[in-house]
Amino acid sequence: MSMEATDVTDPEYFHKVVDCQWACPAHTPVPEYIRLIAQRRYTDAFMINWESNVFPGILGRTCDRPCEPACRRTRVEDKPVAICRLKRVASDYRGDISDRLPKIPTHKNGRHIALVGAGPASLTVVRDLLPLGYECTIIEKAPKGGGLMCTNIPEFRLPVKVLDEEVNRVLDLGAYSRFNEEITSLADLLNEDFDAVFIGSGAPRGKDLSLPGRSEASANIHIGTDFLGSVAFGHTEEIGRRVVVIGGGNTAMDCCRTARRIGGKNVFVTVRSPRSDMKASEWEIDDTEREGIPILDNHNPVEFVLTDGKLSAVVFEKMQAEYDASGKRTLKPTGEPPVVIECDDVLMAIGQENSFPWIERDLGVDFDDHGMPVVDSQTFQSTRPGVFFGGDAAWGPENIIWAVAHGHQAAISIDLHLRDEDLRKRPSPLTNLVSTKMGIHEWAYDNEISNDKRYVVPHTALDDALASLSVEVELGYDERLALAEAKRCLNCDIQTVFEGPRCIECDACTDICPVDCINFTANSEETDLRSRLRVPAENLEQALYVSDALKTGRVMVKDEDVCLHCGLCAERCPTGAWDMQQFFYQETGAQKPQVHAIAE
Amino acid sequence: MTHIAKPKFHHPSLPKNKLGLTHRDYEGVVSTLCAGCGHDSVSAAIIDACFRSDIEAHRIAKVSGIGCSSKTTNYFLRQAHGFNSVHGRMPSVATGANLANNSLTYIGVSGDGDTASIGLGQFCHAIRRRLNMVYIVENNGTYGLTKGQFSATNDRNSKGRTGKENPYPAIDLCSLAVQLGAGFVGRGFSGDKEQLVPLIQAALKYRGFALIDVISPCVTFNNHAASTKSFDYVRDHNDVMDRLDIVPHREEITAEYEEGSTVDVTLHDGSQVTLSKIAKDYDPTDAESVLPMLHAERNGGAIATGLLYIDPEEQDLHELMHTSVTPLNSHTHDLLCPGNETLAGINAAHR
Repeated sequence: MSMEATDVTDPEYFHKVVDCQWACPAHTPVPEYIRLIAQRRYTDAFMINWESNVFPGILGRTCDRPCEPACRRTRVEDKPVAICRLKRVASDYRGDISDRLPKIPTHKNGRHIALVGAGPASLTVVRDLLPLGYECTIIEKAPKGGGLMCTNIPEFRLPVKVLDEEVNRVLDLGAYSRFNEEITSLADLLNEDFDAVFIGSGAPRGKDLSLPGRSEASANIHIGTDFLGSVAFGHTEEIGRRVVVIGGGNTAMDCCRTARRIGGKNVFVTVRSPRSDMKASEWEIDDTEREGIPILDNHNPVEFVLTDGKLSAVVFEKMQAEYDASGKRTLKPTGEPPVVIECDDVLMAIGQENSFPWIERDLGVDFDDHGMPVVDSQTFQSTRPGVFFGGDAAWGPENIIWAVAHGHQAAISIDLHLRDEDLRKRPSPLTNLVSTKMGIHEWAYDNEISNDKRYVVPHTALDDALASLSVEVELGYDERLALAEAKRCLNCDIQTVFEGPRCIECDACTDICPVDCINFTANSEETDLRSRLRVPAENLEQALYVSDALKTGRVMVKDEDVCLHCGLCAERCPTGAWDMQQFFYQETGAQKPQVHAIAE
Repeated sequence: MTHIAKPKFHHPSLPKNKLGLTHRDYEGVVSTLCAGCGHDSVSAAIIDACFRSDIEAHRIAKVSGIGCSSKTTNYFLRQAHGFNSVHGRMPSVATGANLANNSLTYIGVSGDGDTASIGLGQFCHAIRRRLNMVYIVENNGTYGLTKGQFSATNDRNSKGRTGKENPYPAIDLCSLAVQLGAGFVGRGFSGDKEQLVPLIQAALKYRGFALIDVISPCVTFNNHAASTKSFDYVRDHNDVMDRLDIVPHREEITAEYEEGSTVDVTLHDGSQVTLSKIAKDYDPTDAESVLPMLHAERNGGAIATGLLYIDPEEQDLHELMHTSVTPLNSHTHDLLCPGNETLAGINAAHR
C-alpha cells in the first residue's frame, strides 16, 4: 500500500517540523523570536515570548529547555542553538512594553476566580483571564508572588529584580493578592463564593530520609527546598564550613552552590546513582563543578554520625548500577568499606512531593492511591466541576515552562466552564502560511547557514561570583554574541512547500539539496519508502513529506529530518514548484489571540 | 544564480566510498546556470559516478570548450585538474594533455554548439585518433548562451520557442561517432540518472574514446511543447535500449532482468559491463547492426538511449602511436631533454 500524500493543510504537520516549538510545552514560536533578535527587534522578540510563556526573563535563565535537545542543529552539527539564552537576550535588550500589554476591561464580567499559590501556573491563569474581564484573587502563604521561582531558585541564577518585574507585570494587570495567607481548608475557600478555584500550590514538600541519627542530628540536617526558601527570604544567612548535599537533581545543585556562598568551604554533592543517571541538567552540573564543588556519585547515605550530640559526619556505602536485559537499573552495594564524610551540615535534596492536607476528602475532589488529585489531562479540571489544578500541584514536580502550559490550558477551561460551554471544545491554534519570496533568490529571511559553533555565555569571574549570593553568575550574551548565536538558527518554521502540478521533475532540487533529503521515486508503503531514499530515512520521529503522483507516476518524497531550510531547492526550481513559506503557529489562549505582526 | 554558498552541513548518514569520501566531496562550486538546467543534473551524475567509482578527484582532468555546458566543469570535482579552452577546441587540448600524461582520466564536457558546429572537425579527429577520454555532450538543441537559436543537433520537426520552423536536419552525434570508429557510444537523458550514472561509470573505465550524448533540456529556451528536447518529449519518446551493470574486476554478478538478452563485455582493466538489452534486435558490439538501428529509431521518432555501441578490443592513441606510457612529468630531465648532441644527431638524420 502506498503512502498517502501529506496533508500540509493540517497545522500540526508543519508545526512538528518546527522541532523546538513542538517540544516547548507552551509552543513558543522560537524561530520567529530568534529571527526578530537577529533583526535587533528585541521588544518584538520579547512580546512573542511574553504571549506564549509569560516569563521570558525568568525562563531565559532557568528554563529546563526541552526545545534545545529537539533543535535540528543537534542532528546536523553538534550543539543546539542556545534558544534559552537568546530568550534572555530578548528580555535583556527589550524596550518599554507598557503600551503593548493587554487592556484590562474596566467593566468586569462578574465572575471571580480564586487561585491558590502565586507560582507560574496561577500567574499564567491570571494573565490569560484578566483581559477577558474576570476578577482574580491570588492567595499565597509567602509574603510575595513567584512561588518556587522565588523560593527555590537562588538569586545568583535569577536576580530578584527580574523575578519581581515579571511577577508584578502580571499582578499589576489588576489581580487581587492575599499574601501571607495560608489556605488550610478548601471547604472554607469554596464557601467564599468564588466562581471557580484554581489550585497551583506546587509540590512544596521536600522529601526526607529516615536513617539512623536523623532525628538526633536534626538541628543540622535541612530539607533542601526549605533551606533555599529560608535563604531567599533572609532567614538563613550562614551554614557550616563543611556541608554535604544529598541528591543529584537541580535542587541539589542550587543547594550546594548556595551553601558555597554563605560559609560552606568544603561542600560535597553526593548522589546514589552513577553520574550519568543524575537528574540535574547537564549545564547545572557544569556550573556546579566550575565552582569547585565535587560530585561524588554511587554514594548511598546510611547513617548520620553524632559527636557530642551534634552532627559530625555522614556514612555512605558505595553502590554500583546493574542493568538487566530490559535496561532496568538496580543499585547494589559494592561491599567496599563505608565512606565517612565529616561535615557540619547536611542538605537533603532528594525530591519533592505534593501534599494536600488542606483539601478535605469529602468535597468531590477525588484523589488517587498516591494521594494525588484526579485531574483531567486535557481540561485540568478535578472531579469537582469548577475546581482546577495546574503546575506541580497537578501531577508532581515539573519545570516552570510546564506550569505555564498548564496555566494556559486551565484558563481556557475556566473560561469555557463559566460560559457553560463544553470543556472539550479547545480553541484551534492560530496559524498562518505565507510565502517569503521577495524576488529571484531573495527571501524574507536570512537563508545562509552559519557554520559557527554554539557560543558560550560569559560568566562572572569565579571569585566575584562566590563572594555574594546576589551576584548573577551568568552575564548573558552581549549583543555581538547574541547576533552571532541567533544566526545559527536554521529557521525551521520557514517551510519547504511543494506544489506537485508545477513540477517538471528536472531533479534540480535533488541535486542541490545539501543534505540529500529530496527524492523522486516510486511510491510504496512507508517502511519500504524510507529504506529506498537517497539516504534512508531512519529517524522515525521525523515525517516524510510525500506528494501526489507526478507526471511520471513517481512521487516527491522529502525526509524532514535534517532539512536545513536553506531554500536552495526553491532557488534552483525553475517552475516555482518549491516555495519557502513562513509558518506561524500560536496556541490560542483563553484571551482573544493577539495576532502578532509577522516580519513586516 | 544562487546568492548563498551551498551549506557545508551534509546528511550525517551519508554513504562513503572506498576512499572514505562522500559524494559531497566530489562537488564543485554552486552552478550559475539557469535554475532547472539539465546540465546541472549531468554534473550531479558525474559527481555520483566518480563517487561510486572510488576515483580520486585529483587523478582526473576536466576539459571543456565554450558554452553553457562547458561552464559546468567548474561545478563538479573541485580538486580535479581543469582546462576551459577555446570554443570547439577542447579535443586539441585534451589530446595534448593526454599525450603528456596518460595516467590521468580525462573528462571532456561539451555542448551541441561546441561539438556539432564550431568543433565538429576537432570532434571527428579526436574520435579517429581513439583519444582515451570520456567525451560528454550536453545536448539541448539550442544555443542558450546566445538566447536560443537552433543548434545543429536540433531536430527538423522541432520548432523554436516562438513557433519558428527549423529548416535543417539534425546531426546525430552517436551515429557519427560509430561511423568514425568510436569504441564506446552511449546516449543518456539528464532526467534519468539511474541510466546515466552507470553509463558514465562504464565510460570512465573504458580505454579509448567514449562518447556520451546526453539530452539535457534547456529550461529557458527549449523546454516548450513544440521542442523535441524538452523533459516531456524526451520522457515520452525515450526508447531505452539496455540497462548497464558494472562489475569491477570480475566480481560475481547476481542481477536479474525481466526480458531481452544480456551481453557481457570485459573491459581492458578486467571490469565487466553487462548490458541487459531490452527487447531490441541488434548487437551492441557490432557497428554494422548499430547504425541501422539508430537510423530506424530516429526515423520512427524515438530517442534511443543506453550504451548503444561498445568495442572492447579497440586500441587507444598511445597504443597506436607507441608513445610514452610514463607521464612526461615523471621522466627525468635527462630523458626529456637529452642535450645538444642528441639534437644534432636527429637533425643530421633529416638532412
